[in-house]
Amino acid sequence: MQYTPVIGLEIHVELNTKTKMFCSCSADYFGKEPNTHTCPVCLGLPGALPFANKEALEKCLMIGLALNCKISKDSYFERKNYFYPDLPKGYQISQYRKPLCIGGSLALHLGGGKLIRINRVHIEEDTGKLFHKKSKTLIDFNRSGVPLVEMVTEPDFKNVDEVVEFAKTFQQIVRDLGASNADMERGDLRLEANVSLREIQKDNLPDYRIELKNINSFRFMQHALEYEIERQRKLLEQGVPLYKETRGWSEEKKESYLQRSKEDAHDYRYFPEPDIPAISFNDSDIERIKAKTPELFSSKSKRLETEYGLTSETAKTLVKQGMAGYFEEAVKEGEGLDPKAIANAIVNKRQSTELSPGEFTGKLREVTGKQETSMGDLEIAVLSVIKHNEKAVGDYKNGKESVIQFLVGEIMRETKGKAVIDKVLKILLEKLND
Amino acid sequence: MNITELSLIETIEVLKSGRFSNEELNIAYTARLSDLNPKLNAVLARNQKGHGIPAIFKDVFSTKGIETTAGSKILEGYKPVFNATVVEKLEEQGVSVLGKANCDEFAMGSSGENSGYGPTHNPWNLDKVPGGSSSGSAAAVAADMCVLALGTDTGGSIRQPAALCGVVGLKPSYGRVSRYGVIPMASSLDCPGPITKTVGDARRVLEWISGSDGKDANCTKNSFARSLLTKLKNLHGLKVGVPREYFGKGLDIGIEKVVKGAIKQLEELGAKTVEVELPHTEYGIATYYIIMSSEASSNLARFDGIRYGHDRNLFGPEVKRRIMLGTYSLSSGYYDDYFQKAAKVRSLIKQDFDKAFEKCDVIVGPTSPTTAWNIGEKVDDPLSMYLSDAYTVPASLAGIPGLSVPCGFAEGLPVGLQILGKYMDEETILNVGEVYEKATNWRKEKPSFAEATEGQARL
Repeated sequence: MQYTPVIGLEIHVELNTKTKMFCSCSADYFGKEPNTHTCPVCLGLPGALPFANKEALEKCLMIGLALNCKISKDSYFERKNYFYPDLPKGYQISQYRKPLCIGGSLALHLGGGKLIRINRVHIEEDTGKLFHKKSKTLIDFNRSGVPLVEMVTEPDFKNVDEVVEFAKTFQQIVRDLGASNADMERGDLRLEANVSLREIQKDNLPDYRIELKNINSFRFMQHALEYEIERQRKLLEQGVPLYKETRGWSEEKKESYLQRSKEDAHDYRYFPEPDIPAISFNDSDIERIKAKTPELFSSKSKRLETEYGLTSETAKTLVKQGMAGYFEEAVKEGEGLDPKAIANAIVNKRQSTELSPGEFTGKLREVTGKQETSMGDLEIAVLSVIKHNEKAVGDYKNGKESVIQFLVGEIMRETKGKAVIDKVLKILLEKLND
Repeated sequence: MNITELSLIETIEVLKSGRFSNEELNIAYTARLSDLNPKLNAVLARNQKGHGIPAIFKDVFSTKGIETTAGSKILEGYKPVFNATVVEKLEEQGVSVLGKANCDEFAMGSSGENSGYGPTHNPWNLDKVPGGSSSGSAAAVAADMCVLALGTDTGGSIRQPAALCGVVGLKPSYGRVSRYGVIPMASSLDCPGPITKTVGDARRVLEWISGSDGKDANCTKNSFARSLLTKLKNLHGLKVGVPREYFGKGLDIGIEKVVKGAIKQLEELGAKTVEVELPHTEYGIATYYIIMSSEASSNLARFDGIRYGHDRNLFGPEVKRRIMLGTYSLSSGYYDDYFQKAAKVRSLIKQDFDKAFEKCDVIVGPTSPTTAWNIGEKVDDPLSMYLSDAYTVPASLAGIPGLSVPCGFAEGLPVGLQILGKYMDEETILNVGEVYEKATNWRKEKPSFAEATEGQARL
């Protein structure tokens, strides 16, 4: 029997808002003294109430829009009820039946631009953090209530490479949006994958799925998925039936281990959060948020390609280096200079980009200027070509403009290719129209 | 003049005139509280530092540094690090915490008997319950142990004990008063509000405590402000709706007689009565117990004994019962048939009121189907206890305001007239209540044991 993997991805990303999701404590908790970023709300003290953070809702919406989702107009929060010491209220305020963003998609480069469907993007709150020290467990509530966005894809991935590309692209998107630092080592971005194997001849989804957790880097994800696919394949080939379960990943042992089986599945008893009114974004709100959404990596590099004629590689490098804005500024300052030359000079660090874009292009001009044919030489070359190509000049004057290309070619040959085309054209036309 | 018999408005006037001081006021109330509390068990923790107008807060209001138990042993010794918004707002007006009122555990009960700290007794007859769950608040006001008290009303917990104790109780519209710092029972229903000696007092307290605080996301409406119109002297032009459903099976004959008499008096004061229909009333209790217990089961999850409070075994039987009911209603496979369905019926109950209010300005009827019953009488029969909320629960589900005003006695025990109003229209029910109160002498009736007490300051 031949099998093919069916993989879906769940990504949690912590937002970099100023304050927490439901209180005014600072959300910048990383590395801070434990339990110093807390208040009655995020400690779950009796009588404290949540008040939703607008910035967080907007950032969730931005992520949803970037993933081509629809924005639900009748979204609301729900309570996910379960006990755990790091969850001070005994429930997590999350979304279930009506997530903020639904039904999007993201195109991969792999698989010829394969579309991965997005099921939902919703907003919720993070939990506190447990520290196990010998026989004791300590709780730090600094992280409790930090805004968290959960993105869930449909099970559209067929191999590990697709998953990795998607996850990296997603990380880039939330960074471009300024919504999250998306640093995996700090736990800003957390990956979970649902993996199962489908018989190649069958179309329907398998009747089980394994949820993989504790994946702390893209590399670990690759290892975990490769391991899990193999593990399942072996079991299925031996005729062992598989059931829904949650498994963790141990990078030291390079193996997945059982965390929770089907029998232990939680009933979270979701119900609408009565403390918070329904979330309402109307069309003009959405337009306002769209207007202030920063340009995404992918659309920015594509724009640089078409607008300035850069190669895809150069455009991407510029964006990746965060030099796209600098480049566009330099093009403006360095009128007459070839944008491609400017881009190459930035990418290859021919000049220090510590300089202002204006100074940068000035330097660039100095350097290339020495090699360039001087204006005097160029003028002589133009006049000489006009003199030796009477027929072509006559054709031009009779309205046959296509001969210009031929004349420019002749001038370039005369100057041994050292002239700048824009200038050649300018002087040639001046002389012809004299 | 007996200081402790004065209403809030009278107390403020007398304080202003300088006829007695805040200190004298506090001495008088502290003495009376010390005298009567052993009989009534109305007050739990006491605040020694109060020096403003003495108020008693139901023990679900968080009071900074003062033990707050919600009537539960699980929270014994818990001292909040913050004040509820209502406490803050009242302190800004010169009101201070005299003590914390006993109540049914986590506000779950209609008799005061579910407190972890023993039952509160009804000042009119110590063998009777004071109603609940704001049992101590109502008993304390009735016994003149404070100038005013604060309670919470989730399904009738202000109006019903006010009725059974012969005082005024106002449940504001849902969202009129911030719930911040109030230990919740059911978040979509909980309404903090005043229990007072007069309707005018309730109006004044509502002016003080209403309005957004930026902490309760469901409390975004404007403050309640006194109407600029001159106070009503009569009820000419007012249409009073009388729902048939509030005068059916289960209503004590004695109560029916007293309440119908009160309605007649409203007519004599100029009101026109119209019959209205509230056809979904019979589903009120079932709907309420599903929604309330579902929310409560989740709200109580935080009492895990990890950060504050004690072991979960200390939850009382009624609390455990509601946690189980609510957990069941929300469970996968039952959600649609219970919680979801109840939410739909809740909308129908709301529509009942919308339709009824097309024909009238206020709706009147009995607050409670019975007068105060004997302590212990219904403790083994939770369902009959639940049914005592039949007339108060529908307004809670609809989020509309309700006022209970003393309207007489049946077999020597107080009876309350319930006046329900349109959403966010407390003004009209307070006007009607005040005109009625001024036309009658019920407000002057006091429980007889009060006269036997000593230590009263007289001017």
